[in-house]
Amino acid sequence: MVNKKEKIIESILMLCATVSVLTTIGILWVLISESSSFFSKVSIKDFLTDTQWTPLFAEKHFGILPLISGTLLTTFIAILIALPTGLSIAIYLNEYAPKRFRKIVKPLLEVLAAIPTVVYGYFALMVVTPFLQKFIPDMAGFNALSPGIVMGIMIIPIISSLSEDALYSVPKALREASYGMGATRLQTSFKVLVPAATSGITVSIILAISRAIGETMIVAIAAGQQPRLTLNPLVPIETITTYIVQVSLGDVVQGSLEYQTIFAAGIALFVLTFILNNISYFIKKKFQEKYE
Amino acid sequence: MVKDNNMGKLHAEKVNVYYGDHHIIKDVNLSIQENTVTAFIGPSGCGKSTFLRLLNRMNDYIENFRKTGDILIDGNDIYDKKVRVEELRKRVGMVFQKPNPFPKTIYENVVYGLRIQGIKDKSKLDKVVEDSLKQVALWNEVKDKLHQSALALSGGQQQRLCIARTIAVEPTIILMDEPASALDPISSAKIEDLISELKEKFTIIIVTHNMQQASRVSDKTAFFYLGELVEYGATDQIFTKPVKELTQNYITGRFG
Repeated sequence: MVNKKEKIIESILMLCATVSVLTTIGILWVLISESSSFFSKVSIKDFLTDTQWTPLFAEKHFGILPLISGTLLTTFIAILIALPTGLSIAIYLNEYAPKRFRKIVKPLLEVLAAIPTVVYGYFALMVVTPFLQKFIPDMAGFNALSPGIVMGIMIIPIISSLSEDALYSVPKALREASYGMGATRLQTSFKVLVPAATSGITVSIILAISRAIGETMIVAIAAGQQPRLTLNPLVPIETITTYIVQVSLGDVVQGSLEYQTIFAAGIALFVLTFILNNISYFIKKKFQEKYE
Repeated sequence: MVKDNNMGKLHAEKVNVYYGDHHIIKDVNLSIQENTVTAFIGPSGCGKSTFLRLLNRMNDYIENFRKTGDILIDGNDIYDKKVRVEELRKRVGMVFQKPNPFPKTIYENVVYGLRIQGIKDKSKLDKVVEDSLKQVALWNEVKDKLHQSALALSGGQQQRLCIARTIAVEPTIILMDEPASALDPISSAKIEDLISELKEKFTIIIVTHNMQQASRVSDKTAFFYLGELVEYGATDQIFTKPVKELTQNYITGRFG
């Protein structure tokens, strides 16, 4: 009787696991099969080297570079905001804040990640952009800077939370060794704790980058939808994700070349995040070996 | 307070420590002379480690920590508001129970204290590394791998490295919290030899559970029990003819 029950539960659990694996395989299969028919019409070389992305225009170009540059530009701005802020918060919470304060503030910070991204998007468009335009009159209404900044705010808790965990797990003995030598808290943080927690902090940064690269709504709302190969943060650009949204919402014919471009863009996005996740997995593994 | 020769290098007067409601150290008075080795002995939880950590203010960051009474080093109150705790710790170094080298190279471990003081002169740093490692008899073993990770050393070597790191900043007092208890007997013996040599230059206070070790390395011994300093005197006297019955019972192993 008990055995039978065990068997049933086991198969249910097995089923759940299988579903998630099958979903991943399914997505990959659709991405690859759809984009393979895209790549039979557009050469991979053009896709990777052409500097224009105009699949919806009369004169079609299929260079992914403008989308990648848009993605990397907004991501870069986001990290520029999130890394120093997130790391400072992590160091403050870990080294300076009273225990009780830390207990309250850490979950509060994580609320930042729970705000719907559409809210962030409008915040970027309606608040941050007009505010920045006061200082930078040349800035366009749609641009990479303001969604980049807002995205940075959104990913602060990823960096602060995970980095704080990493700092927290540095053995107390190292901290005491440093204090015992006459180091201040700041010196201890930067000379001992941060170096010892480098791997954990790096993982947090990579996860934050992944999150920023995959972020869609904020950039779709506030960055404009003009694929442009540029590093200028003041003009409209388009990210990979935004392009996918744009086409998915529009009325392109299913099965057409235009339709297939979103799978090609999807593959590019997938490859980017896949590489980053693997790097973070690799670092995490190395990190665990070091401390055991 | 004016310096009085009877007070010695370090003088504690009516020291009490509380963690919240717990009364950890009770009315301890103690004077320690320069260039001696003093052993703190007593059963676990008797307050000897807490008292040791008072001397370089390592308890400062513990929540609910409270202290009354005075601790003077060279006649100056180390808990005075004007004292910078970092300066104090440069003068009162500490070696911990478990070897705790930084995950850096051997060289960087030794110069850590100098680097945080902002010393950059390479020839000076090199010299300090060589001198410090020679003093702890580690130089010959590691001189060819100074730029390799300190974590690759054996436990005993790591502990000697930690002592080298401590003496590199030239403290006058070195506190040792059971420095040999995590080591094998041979490494432990090396640490004991080292303590006898370091006495020439430093005032050493060592907490130990190991009675033989206390009797071998120390000049004076302080026996703590339940937060009180039960007996304090010359090590020979404490171990051969203690005054208090409690001390007698402890050193003969009747409790502990």
